Amino acid sequence: MELDSLYQEVILDHYKHPLNKGLSETYGAQVHHVNPSCGDEVTLNVTAEGGVINSITWDGVGCSISQASVSIASDLLVNKSFAEADAILDEFTELMHSKGTKQGNPDVLDDAVALAGVSKFPARIKCALLGWMAFKDAAVRIKTTTGGE
Amino acid sequence: MAFSVANVRQDFPIFERTIRDGKKLVYLDSGATSQKPLSVIEAESNFYKFHNAAVHRGAHQLAEEATDAYEGARLKVAKFLGADEEQIVFTKGATESLNLIAYAMGNAEPGTRFALTSKDKIVVTEMEHHANLIPWQQLAARTGAQLSWFEVTPDGRLDLSNINAVITENTKVVALTHQSNVLGTIIPLKAIVARAHAVGAVVVLDACQSAPHMPIDVKELGVDFLVFSGHKALGSTGVGVLWSSELDDLPPFLYGGSMIETVTMTAATWAPAPRKFEAGVPNMAQAVGLGAAIDYLTAHGMSNVHDHEMALTKYLIEKLLQVPDLKIVGPTDLDSRGGTVSFTVGEIHPHDLGQYVDSQGVAVRTGHHCAWPLTRKLGVPATTRASIYLYNDESDCDALFDAILGAQKYFA
Ligand SMILES: Cc1ncc(COP(=O)(O)O)c(C=O)c1O
Repeated sequence: MELDSLYQEVILDHYKHPLNKGLSETYGAQVHHVNPSCGDEVTLNVTAEGGVINSITWDGVGCSISQASVSIASDLLVNKSFAEADAILDEFTELMHSKGTKQGNPDVLDDAVALAGVSKFPARIKCALLGWMAFKDAAVRIKTTTGGE
Repeated sequence: MAFSVANVRQDFPIFERTIRDGKKLVYLDSGATSQKPLSVIEAESNFYKFHNAAVHRGAHQLAEEATDAYEGARLKVAKFLGADEEQIVFTKGATESLNLIAYAMGNAEPGTRFALTSKDKIVVTEMEHHANLIPWQQLAARTGAQLSWFEVTPDGRLDLSNINAVITENTKVVALTHQSNVLGTIIPLKAIVARAHAVGAVVVLDACQSAPHMPIDVKELGVDFLVFSGHKALGSTGVGVLWSSELDDLPPFLYGGSMIETVTMTAATWAPAPRKFEAGVPNMAQAVGLGAAIDYLTAHGMSNVHDHEMALTKYLIEKLLQVPDLKIVGPTDLDSRGGTVSFTVGEIHPHDLGQYVDSQGVAVRTGHHCAWPLTRKLGVPATTRASIYLYNDESDCDALFDAILGAQKYFA
């Protein structure tokens, strides 16, 4: 059924066994984002060195889509430069707004392509984007305080 | 005599459609908004087709007909609430009604009845919809008045044990919901009204979740203000009701056309209530739609509607309690509760549960239901909520039950 395109195995896996969950003690930036329409929350710690993101940890509560999506993002965006992370983020955002017309490029998005089905469920796009928008916010904060270094 | 749900459903065109590839529509989200009978849809469109003109303004036949239709709707609302016509104000919705009261009080001249100062208190409850919380928070912030509230017990009732400490001699306004939009709890209004009036406070009742579902008589309730939204009571969107016996003392909120008596370049005086509170050309077709909704409800009888919903609520709760790991958030006894039932199901997040049951054609609401302080207090970030109306029957509850069991398998 259509629902299976939303709840891919990969997503339920990340939901049940999230990666990088548990906040690091130190961080370059800490952000807290909520989805006011459903109450989902995520706190994200991001650390970077020499323009490369070297740690993303998080904590949060929410539905499988929001939690799996943060887990995927935290794994995918680490060890990337800010420019690379921005490019991935753009590609992911575009996928989310594709209304089911795009598959997503697995070379760029890796596990995040499993979230492609979300784009057919308008009410869930915000869930999938929650962690990514939090990352974007954190990245901007780090870049403005350290000039990207 | 109880009515036949099968007959009722035939009056609602939306039940002719199917959901998610041919499934029967199981609509359990009337707490958010109700479906509309054909008579309401037609009343609204017939207004546009045959009678459209600006009410209270033109010197022509259409204006007369439009005014008659609009004022006729006001009379229907008045009868529905056991009130007088001139005590009924049409607004855009309950949210606007509540803001109207709060802003109007904020406009009161210092020293007059509704003027608030830093010595005064506004009382709300932890159960409020944001629409009956934030306007009072903001009024308190603007006037320096203190905001205090009744707490909610773990089983979802209002805690009145400290009523005399919450409503004090300094309390000017007590604003509270009649029935919780999250828990279904009906609050012990009598005791609160008695205490509020003993200290000279006015009571503002948010009847959004009660007026559509039970007989209401404002004189019996003894409150000073009552609001509800048309769209939750089978009526059109864009129309709400404010009833009050105290409108004469309340200053206006919105200024403009239709609400004045005389105007010069530097000053204006106000038309008597309710016109004083209806600035601008109102949502006429929508008010007429609400009038048709009230006709529909009255024809079935509000007591019958209520009896039907209570019997169905009993069935729904009993059915839900058979689901393993399901916890009802709010009262499980039928005493003082209505047909809105919130619950959690094990570790399944409400958003995921809602998505699954939707795939089975079942429409429920998930989240904090615009009552974030309440869900936070009860320690649940979100719940799933089923809310019923006169067009629901046991088969809808069964469909929800089956869908929840399906979700448990799906997310196991
Ligand atoms: C208890 C309660 N109060 C106020 C409101 C606000 O009503 P509306 O959004 O129609 O203005 C609602 C509906 O969401 C409600 O359930």
